[in-house]
Amino acid sequence: MSTTAVSKGAGSKFTPHEIMGLSGNEAAAEALKQVNPDVAAVFPITPQTELMHKFAEYVANGAVDTELINVESEHSAMSATVGASAAGARAVTATSANGLALMWEIVAIASSLRLPIVMPVVNRAISGPLNIHCDHSDTMGCRDLGWIQLYSEDSQEAYDNMIQAFRIAEDKSVMLPVMVTFDGFIISHTMERVEIIADDGVVRKFVGEYKPENYLLNAQHPVTYGPLDLPDWLFEHKRQEVQGFLNAPEVIKKVGREYGQITGRSYDLLENYRMDDAELAVVALGSTAGTAKAAIDELRDEGVKAGLVKIRCFRPFPGKELCATLGRCKAVSVMDRSFSFGLEGGPVFNEIRGAAYGAGLKVPMVSHIYGIGGRDINVTQIRGIFEGLKKLASGGRIETVENYVGLRE
Amino acid sequence: MALNLKKLSHKPEMLAPGHRACSGCTAPFMIRLALKMVEDDEKLVTSIATGCMEVVTTIYPFSAWKCSNIHCAFENSAATLSGAEAAYRVLAKRGKVKEKFKFLAMGGDGGTYDIGFQSLSGAMERGHEMLYICYDNEGYMNTGIQRSSATPKGAETNTSFAGTAKPGKEQHRKDLTACLVAHDIPYVAQASVHNIRDLGDKIYKGLHCGGPAFINVLAPCHRGWRIGVDQGVEYARLAVEANFWPLFEVEKGLYKINYKPKTQLPITDWLKGQGRFKHLFNDKNKHIIDELQAEADKKWKQLLRREAESLEDAKAAAPAQA
Repeated sequence: MSTTAVSKGAGSKFTPHEIMGLSGNEAAAEALKQVNPDVAAVFPITPQTELMHKFAEYVANGAVDTELINVESEHSAMSATVGASAAGARAVTATSANGLALMWEIVAIASSLRLPIVMPVVNRAISGPLNIHCDHSDTMGCRDLGWIQLYSEDSQEAYDNMIQAFRIAEDKSVMLPVMVTFDGFIISHTMERVEIIADDGVVRKFVGEYKPENYLLNAQHPVTYGPLDLPDWLFEHKRQEVQGFLNAPEVIKKVGREYGQITGRSYDLLENYRMDDAELAVVALGSTAGTAKAAIDELRDEGVKAGLVKIRCFRPFPGKELCATLGRCKAVSVMDRSFSFGLEGGPVFNEIRGAAYGAGLKVPMVSHIYGIGGRDINVTQIRGIFEGLKKLASGGRIETVENYVGLRE
Repeated sequence: MALNLKKLSHKPEMLAPGHRACSGCTAPFMIRLALKMVEDDEKLVTSIATGCMEVVTTIYPFSAWKCSNIHCAFENSAATLSGAEAAYRVLAKRGKVKEKFKFLAMGGDGGTYDIGFQSLSGAMERGHEMLYICYDNEGYMNTGIQRSSATPKGAETNTSFAGTAKPGKEQHRKDLTACLVAHDIPYVAQASVHNIRDLGDKIYKGLHCGGPAFINVLAPCHRGWRIGVDQGVEYARLAVEANFWPLFEVEKGLYKINYKPKTQLPITDWLKGQGRFKHLFNDKNKHIIDELQAEADKKWKQLLRREAESLEDAKAAAPAQA
């Protein structure tokens, strides 16, 4: 980690920052350090491991006074995090792929108990066979477990999303756990320029003090968490969870705006890149959004009206916002870094196509599955996707809905 | 602390009546006793594994728990409570929680010996200041009486039937108490619901030993054991009198047997009358009774040896008398 301290000049309306060379893991650990959560449960798994190495170092050196629990599995990591959060603590853990799969059962319990846990998930292919590299099969697989999901394009976004996640999760109208994801190795292990808020106090003020309402360590009002919830009540409780998701978009946008006011980097549910007059568009999330931007810049130079919609917030799903933008296009490709076996097209594609049907969109839409198990995706390949979109836009038929990029066949 | 029953009777009940446990169930009064084993200025946070005691005490919108209780899942009572205990330490350090809290995790034998074994082992190894009580009824009773690794050899359950080809469960039970002793934690004990003085003392010690503690409590289930509704406590007593379930404790590695029967009852005195062992009294299965007797005798002798060694160790460690 190299550091060059540069403060924006006097008179800047933004809080002073430091420019650092950080990997995604280091950036997320830095955010955790600045927040100084009460409890962190840690367990190693590639490519997340380095994140918690870094944080454990902060604990050992007294940079934070978080209670670190070195659990014996990810199942216990999420269990201990649930216990800590229910007890009234601001609690975090982190994982990847198989670790997320092992904690699956408790991931769902955490959201059903409305515990505002924050968990960075470093995207990696779910086994098997074993593969430690990036795809989105892990977080896409748990898209219905009741967690808010924020995807990060680069280390900067990993850092920014981590800080905002606490505010979003803990908002009383939301009270849902948040996953901040970033691509394994591609982001987690790549050193990039990251702007860090120079003063930890500014971060802590932004995040605010965590004030739990109902918690196990409340001596005056003991509580029962996780009762047996039979057919006469579970439906109502799940509906309340839905309400958290209905309330979340406004909170996510508000927190994103306020974050922009102090850092100059505002966040929304989506990022539209050169979409104002775009006729051909790809939708992507994670690091591939950056690659797509490079491809689009080239195409724009060549006079092609190409654009990108980057999904930052996948849960709650910004269907309306997506349709408002994509409805103006002549052809769209949705890029998925995971399969949805037995369904035509990847998970993100199918969600968008579903939303498009509801919004009455007629735009031709295809699914491109790429990058499985860490398979490279490059500018040339994304330009290839746009070539296909050109044909669709000029009246070509959709030959296959589910297409593969970079696959040997 | 020697248990003062009179004083105890004046302490408020922390597990409310009206829960849905079967009549004659031996687990709820163990919990009632456990919840009284804190000092007046101490509060309790409890966790419970999925199982009978969880489902009968917390049917929404009701809860029998007057202290805080969390149920997370089947296999993670210990891990969940370890998080709450860590939260307490940091929130107390940061001045956000002022009261004194004690931590009590519970689970049945399925949730402790089997599916929750790893979670328990991890929490004990990490040194959380918490007591874990296993209420051991020798099977998965909540799901309808299946064999667990706590089920004794020969017992019939719904996954270890006594049929023409099989004589019930084919393996001896796992010695979980020994596994926990091997964790070198400050306090490990074995207790029974029939001896509440001994049980109460142990729970108090476990909660106040300053580190992780584990107590394995024999708590018969009359449904699973196929005995009378009013016979649970009696069969717990018989298990102890037959040395099938010795009452002992291991404090800082030193063994102490808390009860030695004047005359050890034959294992058949415990087996007979239990429907789950009925088939063992056929000539064909008699060898299983012999094996159970031999196993109980072997374990008891082992325990006597360990107690004798512990006495010598304690003597050697004591400062020389002038």
